[in-house]
Amino acid sequence: MERTTKFVQGNEACVEGALYAGVNFYAGYPITPSTEIAEALSGRLPEIGGKFIQMEDEIASMCAIIGASLTGHKVLTATSGPGFSLKQEAIGYACMAEIPCVIANVQRGGPSTGNPTHVGQGDINQARWGTHGDHAIIALTASNHQDVFAMTVEAFNMAETYRTPVVLLFDEVVGHMREKLVIPAPGEVEIVDRLRTSVPKGVDYRPYLPREDGRLPMSDFGDKHRYNVTGLYHDMWGFPSANPKIVNELLRHLVDKIENNVDSITRYKEYFLDDAQYILISYGSSARSAIHMAKNRREKNEKIGVLELQSIWPFPSELVREKCANAKAVVVVEMNMGQVLAQVKAAVDEPNKVFLANRIDGKLITPTDIKGLLRVIQGRGI
Amino acid sequence: MAVQDYLRQRFFPHMWCPGCGHGTVLNSLLRAVEELGLDKNNIVMTSGIGCSARISGYVDFHSLHTLHGRALAFATGVKMSKPELTLLVPMGDGDALAIGGNHFIHAARRNIDITAIVMNNRIYGMTGGQFSPLSGCGIKATTAPYTTIDNNFDVVELATAAGATFVARTTTYHAKEATSLLKKAILHKGFSVVEILSQCPTHFGRKNKEGDAAQMMENYKNITAPVGSKALEENPALWGRGIFVERERPEYCTEYGKIVELAMKGAAK
Repeated sequence: MERTTKFVQGNEACVEGALYAGVNFYAGYPITPSTEIAEALSGRLPEIGGKFIQMEDEIASMCAIIGASLTGHKVLTATSGPGFSLKQEAIGYACMAEIPCVIANVQRGGPSTGNPTHVGQGDINQARWGTHGDHAIIALTASNHQDVFAMTVEAFNMAETYRTPVVLLFDEVVGHMREKLVIPAPGEVEIVDRLRTSVPKGVDYRPYLPREDGRLPMSDFGDKHRYNVTGLYHDMWGFPSANPKIVNELLRHLVDKIENNVDSITRYKEYFLDDAQYILISYGSSARSAIHMAKNRREKNEKIGVLELQSIWPFPSELVREKCANAKAVVVVEMNMGQVLAQVKAAVDEPNKVFLANRIDGKLITPTDIKGLLRVIQGRGI
Repeated sequence: MAVQDYLRQRFFPHMWCPGCGHGTVLNSLLRAVEELGLDKNNIVMTSGIGCSARISGYVDFHSLHTLHGRALAFATGVKMSKPELTLLVPMGDGDALAIGGNHFIHAARRNIDITAIVMNNRIYGMTGGQFSPLSGCGIKATTAPYTTIDNNFDVVELATAAGATFVARTTTYHAKEATSLLKKAILHKGFSVVEILSQCPTHFGRKNKEGDAAQMMENYKNITAPVGSKALEENPALWGRGIFVERERPEYCTEYGKIVELAMKGAAK
């Protein structure tokens, strides 16, 4: 088998990544600008014996993929702002019950209905804190189709590794733009399959007892072990418990299993950072403008570099602090009111040298937008 | 296999109030499963939130205790992904027809092979006795101190109109009848709904002066009559008991299996 090259939308790159990672169940509800993911999978999944179901609403879609994950399937749903809001309770359930699943949120303008056909990046904090209660979450993003593919594969791998929901924070520009995608040959990229328990039939299986390496082997519904799954605080058998020791350990486990692995989860790219005096931090489609602008200025010998974040949650604070240590100024380029900016300010040693270059009008931020702000910071006027 | 072998005895005592009808529903259900000789390893029970939903913790099946109202949506994912499993979905009246009403009608519309059991006590018990969409008018509840003005759904009519292919009703007084109806519902290929009137003496009974559990069950005997009986014909105020709908229609997972077959043939070309 060889690599295949395609000219596709970002949403289709997500579909290719999901199929490469082994997705075999999708439940969804139509919503712009993510619908192409559902459309493509409605055709592709049955071809490989997988299942596609269009549910009655966004909530049901999220619930259905959780149910299908428990029977041993790799599951995906895709949505955008309003749908992402509706899914939050069930995402929290998947966090609590530790059920692997992937949610693609192709971001549009918000809040509320906002603008379905225009770009936004306003769901960064919702991905982190959209569901109630203490928990941790993994959120990945990408600025081009090759990376949409790669991050989608990573999302499925991380969902299985950490037994958690993983959010793919794409945006309308990346989702709808067309560009080249090279699909790796089978086996070229590592795929993490579900870790299933080796506990034999008839022996007490504890679905929430972590191994020494922190991973929790699963057992498929319908297979040899019958156990309880609940959104209530629960013991290692999955049975509801209000025992303070059990509750305390459970909540710490849910947070620690992700926050303590930030180094393994962190994904990023860097451009011209080595001697950069000015650093642009960006992600998603905004990063394309940041990279474009930095390349142009480098040709004029300006020492500008870009740190492109591909994992947003858990936030790679240490990475950001190290990379920005010697910068004269840091500019966060994003299409919201400063959601990643706040994380960067909290991470760096000198938060007063961090600035925001943003657009929130439904239009893609341009290199010129960034350049204007940078000139002001440099004291050169617009 | 003895009935108690279907229970997770280590998780008892259960949390239902003395006199609650839900234990009787559990009893009837387990006897149905036992009489059908079903392998408990092939059964998945999903439930939502409420007194009724706790039933899933006590049974030795694969059990999924989910979110308020969403039991059928989770069950749809389980069933669709592994159609060989038998899905049992007990729900309370709020769970099934208030917050979960959308999932209820759509599961019925798809005719997916799931057995839904509506444990109708006409009240939100776990939160302390608020009226539900099955309470009906003139009921006292903690959120209706002057009595309710809300009309109630008729579970049988709603399920029938939405497309369920097996629809039945009984009560906790008629426990053996419940077992017999549940057996038929489980065997039926398609979406089955069994409504079981289940007394809540703690909240509904106390607020509405219906007496203790025994009196409430006695009342079920008095206010119901079998479908097709002369009593029911002569007195439309009575609630019918028995099977209302039993019809054949293509089942969702079977139909999707045909789609898979078609798509795989196309892909092979």
